[in-house]
Amino acid sequence: MDTRPLQAAIRFGLGPRPDQPLPSDPLAWLDAQLDGKDIPPPPPEGFETPPGVGEGYRIWRELTEARRAGGMVPDTVWSLYRAEAISALSWRVETPAPYRERLVDFWTNHFTVSRRAGHRVTSVQGAYVREAIRPHVTGRFADMLVAVIRHPAMLSYLDQASSIGPNSPAGRKRGRGLNENLARELLELHTLSPAAGYTQADVVQCARLLTGWGIERSKEPVGTVFRPANHEPGPKTVLGRRFEEGPEATEALLRFLADHPATQKHLATKLVRHFVADDPPPEAVSRIAGVLRDTGGDLRAVAMALPRLLAAWAPPFSKLRNPVDLITAVFRAGGASGASIGVAAFNACDLLNQPFWAALQPNGWPDEAAEWLGPEAAMQRLDWVYDAAGRFGRLEPMQVLEASLGPLAPSETYQAVRRAGSTREALALIFASPEFQRR
Amino acid sequence: MSHLPKIGRRGLLLGLTAMAATARARLAFAQTTAATAGENRLVVVILRGAMDGLAALAPYGDPAYRALRGGIALPEPGQEEGLLDCGGFFGLNPRLATLHRFFRDGALLPVHAVAGPYRNRSHFEAQDLLESGAPERLSSGWLNRALGGLAEPPPGKPDAGLALGLDLPLLMRGPQHVGMWAPPRPVRPPPDLYGRMADLLHADPLLGPAVADGMRARGYAAGVVGEERGPRGGFVALAGVAGKLLATRDGPRVAAMELGGWDTHVDQLRRLDPVLGQLDAGMSALQAQLGEVWSKTAVLVMTEFGRTVRVNGAGGTDHGTGGVAFLLGGAVAGGRVLADWPGLAEDRLFENRDLQPTRDLRAIAKALLRDHLRLQPAAVAAAFPDSEAITPEAGLFRA
Repeated sequence: MDTRPLQAAIRFGLGPRPDQPLPSDPLAWLDAQLDGKDIPPPPPEGFETPPGVGEGYRIWRELTEARRAGGMVPDTVWSLYRAEAISALSWRVETPAPYRERLVDFWTNHFTVSRRAGHRVTSVQGAYVREAIRPHVTGRFADMLVAVIRHPAMLSYLDQASSIGPNSPAGRKRGRGLNENLARELLELHTLSPAAGYTQADVVQCARLLTGWGIERSKEPVGTVFRPANHEPGPKTVLGRRFEEGPEATEALLRFLADHPATQKHLATKLVRHFVADDPPPEAVSRIAGVLRDTGGDLRAVAMALPRLLAAWAPPFSKLRNPVDLITAVFRAGGASGASIGVAAFNACDLLNQPFWAALQPNGWPDEAAEWLGPEAAMQRLDWVYDAAGRFGRLEPMQVLEASLGPLAPSETYQAVRRAGSTREALALIFASPEFQRR
Repeated sequence: MSHLPKIGRRGLLLGLTAMAATARARLAFAQTTAATAGENRLVVVILRGAMDGLAALAPYGDPAYRALRGGIALPEPGQEEGLLDCGGFFGLNPRLATLHRFFRDGALLPVHAVAGPYRNRSHFEAQDLLESGAPERLSSGWLNRALGGLAEPPPGKPDAGLALGLDLPLLMRGPQHVGMWAPPRPVRPPPDLYGRMADLLHADPLLGPAVADGMRARGYAAGVVGEERGPRGGFVALAGVAGKLLATRDGPRVAAMELGGWDTHVDQLRRLDPVLGQLDAGMSALQAQLGEVWSKTAVLVMTEFGRTVRVNGAGGTDHGTGGVAFLLGGAVAGGRVLADWPGLAEDRLFENRDLQPTRDLRAIAKALLRDHLRLQPAAVAAAFPDSEAITPEAGLFRA
């Protein structure tokens, strides 16, 4: 039996669903998900259309005013954030285009912003993924980079809005200066990586170049603005390349960084680690870096190349599912409707230590099994799958096992499931099995 | 796949003499070179995000301090919300009142102008190296490797190493089995189902060992901490549990914990207070739960690097180099600040922006292993490879 359709649904998708037949041609199935328009999650509960940055800031402003007026006011920004997250999680459980959703996850994590920063991020988190990430997962990396760096969510998360050119009018008048946070992470995490060997001087020059970008939260038009009075005058030199004064330099710098060979290598390594193996095979990395180089950073071409890597198919399932992917796969295997388990999925992410859109640090969630498998974390997985199995009392466990793992499960797993004393125990054993824990 | 023998579920569930013996046999360490089963306890706390050393322990006596720090300089001792004096030159942040009490009791030894060997200001590289204990990233942490130099606990007793929380930090990963503790959840499978799950997983090279260690650690901790559903794993609560588990007779000897939230690029005065408060309350809870064992305990509080000496454009500080580590506990010869103070004058700064490091953090950590855990030189060298030039700091502990 050809296991590739099942492998494709597990390795490049989010796990099979009983109501979504397996593709007969896995590569064609994956390619087709990259064509045409993105299907985003439905608007969060309480909204008819997806709320943008302006709407998020309005809710935050009204909350601040209400709290200033006194009294106990529920946190409406948190409610917005939570509704956005639940909508996104529900969609992962239902989507017929799971590969595309995986790419959204990958790039959202690459360009992490986190709810740990508070209202300045939670008010616009949903809008950030919709506006800066989703439109570009099959577009050009440089366009995504520009959209991300200029998005209010990233400008606030990495403190760019408070960085002021020391020799700018505002800097001289108020004696204020640079904040290096975004400049450093742009070079280290978003593009080159430290392997490129840039220096502290490059970081400072980059920070000078980025000054001026700020956020307007109350006056129309709300969103990202360029404030010339905060911009550091004069040309800047980053990695030996000269950039002129002014806002245009930002896009020029970002496009220069996006096409840098060190960036291509860095992105290729992360992509292969995510989709193939914790230790990315070097030949697979050079293959993907080559696609980035030859296509000018075409992420659709990259997404087509990944499943065509030989290493992506054998041996099956070396990667451990991270908690969010495990939760998604369990609910998909049970055929749950997104609406019925969105809240449970959101809470489960907290329980299993990967709260949604809430990475601990700007480098995002780790992508290696060892980072997720402390002894207690492994135990909590077992606790949670038992908890989740309790939701699916009417399912026939052997059918779930056939559909979710089929011939990929060894006879021990079949035997344990057959001998289980109850549906719940049988399902818990399926979800706890080593094959189900991987992708 | 793994070559682990299949282990029956009864063994897995019961505290596990057989399993402990098997697991250890694989790592067989030369018994003769292991330290004798000491009574001393060690806790290592990682502060992720780079704690600003000049805010935690301010050199208010340095003539350049106030000008460099501007709006984030703290008032002198004796003033309202002023620094807590530590000998007339340095002062602890007013949020660190417990640490100041330790200082007055001679149980706090702050180390200033300290750094590891890394100079490039990336959080993520710096944390990896801080935990690896080496000039390059390793797949195991120095504290885990150090556990290999301890005598093995008696059969059926818990592992010497313990990590608190759901993440196992790189510091504690490696060849030695370690226990973990996190607050229990309301829904758990019946014991027999755990056993069948473990049977399915036992041969898996990733999940098998993790689940076996997890079962063992839980079986032990439940007896000490109880099964009550605790608070959601906040740092203060975890520190209290760490104290409780370390205080038991045949319990773990070495614990690791972490606390994030130190990356204060903006509005530092406001953003630092809550994390400093958590650190302080956590150390208070740890001391309270350790009881008499406090006198045998040393705690190392460390962070990946310090921050810029000058306040930045946003009332915060950017990534720097030299910073502060705290050594505390009843076993520590404290009540003084350990520092070869480089000064804050412009020509004394590292790259004209950071506190110049004058002491290698590895000298402190190696002294902890040599003088407090009494590890043999070979075990210390295994924990900190390629550091022959770094001599363990003398005189950090009470005799």
